[in-house]
Amino acid sequence: MIPTSHYLFLGLALFTIGVIGVVTRRNVIVILMSIELMLNAVNINLVAFSRLVGSVEGHAFAIFIITDAAAEAALGLGIIIAFFRNRETLLGDEMDLLKW
Amino acid sequence: MLDQAVFYFFAALAVISAVLVVTRRNVVQSAIFLITALLATAGIFLQLHAEFLFIVQVILYAGGIMVLFVFVIMLINLDVSLHQVQFNRQWWLGLLLALVLGAQLTIAVAVGRSGLPLGEPAPASMLEPSTQLVGKVLFSEYMLPFEIASILLLVAMIGAVVMGKKKI
Repeated sequence: MIPTSHYLFLGLALFTIGVIGVVTRRNVIVILMSIELMLNAVNINLVAFSRLVGSVEGHAFAIFIITDAAAEAALGLGIIIAFFRNRETLLGDEMDLLKW
Repeated sequence: MLDQAVFYFFAALAVISAVLVVTRRNVVQSAIFLITALLATAGIFLQLHAEFLFIVQVILYAGGIMVLFVFVIMLINLDVSLHQVQFNRQWWLGLLLALVLGAQLTIAVAVGRSGLPLGEPAPASMLEPSTQLVGKVLFSEYMLPFEIASILLLVAMIGAVVMGKKKI
């Protein structure tokens, strides 16, 4: 039997890799993908605890998170396309319209 | 024994492909490795007796969201982005802080697992049949969040249409 803490370690490893991707990469599409990785890591934790206590409520929360991820991907990619049309770039550190 | 082999295989696959997602230069390769990571997560869901989530993960994540990503990459793929610097100027600081965060979480789990009652898991039969139980929970206790999620999807749909217009 695999101890629940191993699932937690897997989840935090994936989450940390996602954070590294968000804070170090310049390409906005890769940043969005890293956010998807982080959401997935949270899902692993929820399902692992669900298995531990023998209740499906964690699954319901995981479904809500997947819904959020779908909404976020649709909106984020829409923003990326709109931004690319206006500025001809995909680099996150060149998105500085609010900086003065 | 088989259980453990399946878990560690999928865990290693997920971590390796996650690292490749973050480090690859080509965005298309990143997307392919993200699909691998998501499918490995789906395998872990299956191993945790979450059959419904497994199929949702495969259809919605690997099938829906990733198609969206690849479609956008196809629309705006720039050959110049392959020759640009891939990491921003503060990457070393960000990497350091992210690793500190990871170390903190690791210590928290490693220290806290002796205090938490992380004993033997409940019998797997309590999660059977997965789809039926999830449906029951979603349509009784979490009815209001479920409806709010549908409004969220409507808002996201309208937002995506507005963002896709020629002139914002």
